[in-house]
Amino acid sequence: VSAHVRQALDQIARTKDLNAFVSVDAAASLAAASAAPAGPLHGVPVAIKDNIATTFLTTSCGSNVLKGYVSPFEATSARKLREAGAVLVGKTTMDEFAMGSSTEHSAFGPAKNPVDPSRVPGGSSGGSAVAVASGVCDIAIGSETGGSVRQPAALCGIVGVKPTYGRVSRFGLVAFASSLDNVAVLGKTVNDAALGLEVISGPDTARDATSADTPAPKLRGTAGDLNGVVIGLPKEYFPETLGAEMRARLDRAIRALKSRGAEMRDVSLPHTHLAIPAYYIIAPAECSANLARFDGVRYGHRIEGDGLRGMYEATRSNGFGAEVTRRILLGTYVLSAGYYDAYYLKALRARDLIRADFAKVFASGVHALFTPTTPTPAWKFGAISDPYEMYMSDIFTVTANLAEVPAISVPVGRVDGLPVGGQVIAPRFDEAAMFRVAYALEAELGGEAHR
Amino acid sequence: VGVSRDDVRRIAALARIGLSEDRVDPLVRELDGILAHMDVLSKVESPKDAPPSPAMPLAADEPPSVTLDRAREDFAPRTRDGFFLVPRLATHDDGAGSS
Repeated sequence: VSAHVRQALDQIARTKDLNAFVSVDAAASLAAASAAPAGPLHGVPVAIKDNIATTFLTTSCGSNVLKGYVSPFEATSARKLREAGAVLVGKTTMDEFAMGSSTEHSAFGPAKNPVDPSRVPGGSSGGSAVAVASGVCDIAIGSETGGSVRQPAALCGIVGVKPTYGRVSRFGLVAFASSLDNVAVLGKTVNDAALGLEVISGPDTARDATSADTPAPKLRGTAGDLNGVVIGLPKEYFPETLGAEMRARLDRAIRALKSRGAEMRDVSLPHTHLAIPAYYIIAPAECSANLARFDGVRYGHRIEGDGLRGMYEATRSNGFGAEVTRRILLGTYVLSAGYYDAYYLKALRARDLIRADFAKVFASGVHALFTPTTPTPAWKFGAISDPYEMYMSDIFTVTANLAEVPAISVPVGRVDGLPVGGQVIAPRFDEAAMFRVAYALEAELGGEAHR
Repeated sequence: VGVSRDDVRRIAALARIGLSEDRVDPLVRELDGILAHMDVLSKVESPKDAPPSPAMPLAADEPPSVTLDRAREDFAPRTRDGFFLVPRLATHDDGAGSS
């Protein structure tokens, strides 16, 4: 058992330059390995994002305000992993408080894409994606608010799955935008992702109100046919601006789905253009409330100032980086008197329209949707400096968070030598349909998924 | 309607984030730039009698029973006798617009 964990720790040391990890405790992990209980993940090394509470290793959220912080309690997802026999081998690099799409907003330096270390791994769960893509572990845990697992999975050539909102307890996940946040899973293969998600799924009604009272389903399966499965291709996700090579990889994946027996159908999600504006109102609004707790009183860093207010302002101004500050201020602005109706309420209404788009298309006999995961492959560090341009890299992923539906990114090939992913989206609590399509796509593409 | 320098100072005060003057102008530009993309939302129908639909039905919001592995002294910035210690309230000016 310990051999797997030792290998993972060795690989962490060998790939140190990729900066996938912010904290590792080899001795504690080896001790945990020798005491790991029997279960579906017995002795399996798992990397976990630094915003999910663990009682050993840090929970610093990529932020100076929580630098070195070790949680006094454990997240439900971390507990379920341990109880299934998994061994946590380290906490992974992330954009500060999960706000970003490249890990460039990490206070402790970005993670690097193993395929090309001059490029970003995606984010915000970039470190978890790098841990899997660089061979440290086959399963890693991340979190998603707008695509933070699917996007880095696509950019690193692995699998990333966001479950239905409420499928996995968020107890112990440091809150960013509570109506959009999910604990999510990265895997080397579809089966790895299914196994990881199966373990952490299910209600934790004894401890919190963040999980739906719906039994955890069996998600692992095998690749079979797609006879009788109708897969929608939403036209809004295949814009003219999509590169020719990207389009070619997606077309190849669509052919693969067809050859497994799926019926492809052109569909429309007409309010997709409202997704990024709605998301970047709702998420900052919720973050401005959630991050109020980091004020230097109960945990994390404190910087003294003039009285109580001065202490708050000094702590928060020094503790938060530029992107987090921008989003807190944006959220405070759109919730403030005079702007609440113009921005926040309009964004909630737009979210309703986006939810209704999905409900309508799934009610029309479509079992799942297939789309690109991202508009482009990984970009060079520093290539995107405009905040809104960075936000646009989430354009195909935020809708699933807004509509609370499950979605998975599966590798579909390479563009200019860089990995890209295809996304399968399913109705709420129908992860089974999503995985059926994902297993079949992975099997049918075979080695082409990485070419 | 654009974001003004006063808006930035006001929301920073509301958010309890200290801002040096040299950060005000860049933030005006950044927030204005972002909000310009949100104008599309103004065309969304938002009748007053149709409140936004609720999120997913979840379990009842009962207080969790969480036991801490470590004492507050171990993770809080400052404590005394098991309480969190903060600067004197007498010096605390809570006027949201003050800066």
